[in-house]
Amino acid sequence: MPNKSKQMSPINTQTSDKKRHFSGLLFVGLAILLIVTIVFSICLGRYPLSVTDILSYLFTGKSSDQMLPTVLINVRLPRIIGAVLVGGALSISGAAYQGLFRNPMVSPDILGVSSGAGFGASIAIMLSFSMLGIQAMAFGMGLSAVFLALSVSKVIGKNHDKILMLVLSGMVTAAIFNALVSLMKYLADSDTKLPDITFWLMGTLSRITMEDIKVVLPVVVIGALPIFLLGWRLNVLSFGDEEAKTLGVNTGFVRFIIICCASLITASVVCVVGLIGWVGLIIPHFARFLVGPNYKVLLPASFLSGSIFILWVDDIARSATTLEIPIGILISLIGAPLFLLFLKKSSKKAW
Amino acid sequence: MILEIKNGVLGYGHDTVLSNINLKLEMGETVCLLGKNGSGKTTLFKVLLGILKPFSGTILLNGISIDHWNRRQFAQLVGYIPQARSLPFPFSVLDVVLFGRTAHLGTFTFPRKKDHIIAEECLEMLNISHLKDRIFTQLSGGEQQMVIVARALAQQPAFLIMDEPTSSLDFGNQIKIIKQINSLKNKSLGILMATHSPDHAFMCDANVAILHQKTIWKYGYSNDVITEDILKTIYGVEVKVCTMPSEDVTARRVCVPTV
Repeated sequence: MPNKSKQMSPINTQTSDKKRHFSGLLFVGLAILLIVTIVFSICLGRYPLSVTDILSYLFTGKSSDQMLPTVLINVRLPRIIGAVLVGGALSISGAAYQGLFRNPMVSPDILGVSSGAGFGASIAIMLSFSMLGIQAMAFGMGLSAVFLALSVSKVIGKNHDKILMLVLSGMVTAAIFNALVSLMKYLADSDTKLPDITFWLMGTLSRITMEDIKVVLPVVVIGALPIFLLGWRLNVLSFGDEEAKTLGVNTGFVRFIIICCASLITASVVCVVGLIGWVGLIIPHFARFLVGPNYKVLLPASFLSGSIFILWVDDIARSATTLEIPIGILISLIGAPLFLLFLKKSSKKAW
Repeated sequence: MILEIKNGVLGYGHDTVLSNINLKLEMGETVCLLGKNGSGKTTLFKVLLGILKPFSGTILLNGISIDHWNRRQFAQLVGYIPQARSLPFPFSVLDVVLFGRTAHLGTFTFPRKKDHIIAEECLEMLNISHLKDRIFTQLSGGEQQMVIVARALAQQPAFLIMDEPTSSLDFGNQIKIIKQINSLKNKSLGILMATHSPDHAFMCDANVAILHQKTIWKYGYSNDVITEDILKTIYGVEVKVCTMPSEDVTARRVCVPTV
C-alpha cells in the first residue's frame, strides 16, 4: 500500500499545480475583462466619446472636443469608479457573510444594514436634508441596525446557537426598519417627498460624484483589508463555530471583525447609491463556481466579477432607453434569470 | 504534560449531565470513554476542549487553567475529532487537512509551503494521498472520517480527543484507525476516545473510564474494568468476555455478546 500512494503523489501534485495555473489564468482573464469593460463604459453614453480622443486627452492634456474633459471627469469617471466599488464591495461582504453564516443563501443585508440605511435616508429626505445629510443618515442608521442586531443576539441568545441567533436577530431588525420605512412613506408628502424616497430606495449610480468617491474609496479599502487578511480563518469557520475553535480560531474575534468590516463597506456604498440587492448574493456563487471556495482566491474573484457585472448592468441602465432605468430594478430583472441559468449549469458541480 | 478535569459539574442550562468528574490524561496513554447513548461523553469532551463552560470545577492543561490559554495555543496542544460534521462549501481534501495547520499560523496568514508538506505527509501516513484533490463533501462517510483524522494529525497536538472515531467506518478502516491510534500512542500522544465498542479498549491496551449514573462510575485498566457484570449494568445486555489464545499476536480479551 505505501508504494502505491508514493506512486500516486507526483500525479496528484501535477493536478494541484494545474489547478493553481488555471485559477491564475482566470484572474488575468477577469482583470482584462474588467479593464475592457471600464474602457467600453467610459465611451458609452448619451454623449459618445472615442478611445483615441480620451487617450490623446490623457497624454497631452488637450482635446479637440471641448466637452470631453467635463463629460469624462465629472460624469463618466465617478460613475464608473463608483460602479466598480459598489459591485466589488457588495460582493466581498456577501462572500464574507456567506462563510461566516455557513450558508450560501446569505446576502449582505442579513443583519439589516440595508433596511437601516433605507430608514435613515427616508428620515433625512423627510427632513429635507442635503445630499450629504441623506448619505450620513443612511450610513449611520445602516450601521446602527447591525449594531442593534448584534446586541439583541448577545442579550437573548446566551445559550443558543450563536449563528442562528444572529440570523434571527437580523431578520427582526430588518423587519422593524422596513416597517419604519413604510411608515415614513405613508407620512411623506405624496407630491414631493414620496417620489424621492421611492427613487432612493430603488438605487441608482447616477448620483455618484467625485467627492463621494474620495470618501467611499478609502472606507471600502480599510473595510475590505481585514476581510482579505482573515480569509483563512473564514475558510476554517465553514466547519462551524465549535470545530473552528478546536482548530485554534478565536471565533468571537473573527466574527466581530468580519461583521464590522462587511457592514462598514456595505453601508458606505449603499448610503451613496441606495438599495442594490442580489449582487451580494449571486456574485459570490459565481466566483465560487469559477475559483472554488478558498477565500484567498474567492474574495478577489468576487470583487472582480461583481465590478464587471455592475458595470454591464449600469451600461444597459443608462443606454437602453432615453429615460434611465434604476439599476436596482435591472439587477433583479437580469440577475434572477441569470442566477437560475447559472444554477442549472453548476448543478453538476458540488458546492 | 497532563490534561485534567477536577471536580467537574457539567451540563446545559439548568440540566446537570455529569457531576463529580475527575479525569486525568497523560501523554503516551490511551483512555477509552465508555457509556451508553446520552451518558454525557460528548458533553465531557466539549468541556475539556473549552467549548462548553462547566457549572463548576477546573480544567487544567499543563497545570494551567484552560481560561488562561488562548484558542490558538490550546489548539497547538489539543486536537479534536468530532462525531458529526457538515461543510456547506466544496473544499478540497487538501484544504480540509490544511485547516489542521491553523493553530500554527498567525491570525492574518495563509498556509505556507511547509504546511502543505505536513498536510501531504499526514495524508500519506493514512494512505489516502489519492483523495487529495477530491471534494470533501463528495467523499463517503468513511473517507471523510479518514480525512478528519489526517486533519487532526496535521495539527500535531500532544493530546487528541476523539468522539467515536470509528463510528462511520467499514471494518477494515476501523482497524486502520485503531492501529493509527496505537502508533500515535507510541509517539507519546495522549488519546482520549469515546467508543461504543468495548473491544476497542482491549485493542488499544487502554485505560477505561465508564460514564454511568451521571458520573465516572468506574476507572481503571481495561482488563480490570471491562467485566461481564459491568457491561451488563451499563448496556443492559448479556456479554461474555473471553481471552484469545495467549501465544498468538491477537492475544487479548474480546467481548462476545450473547444473542
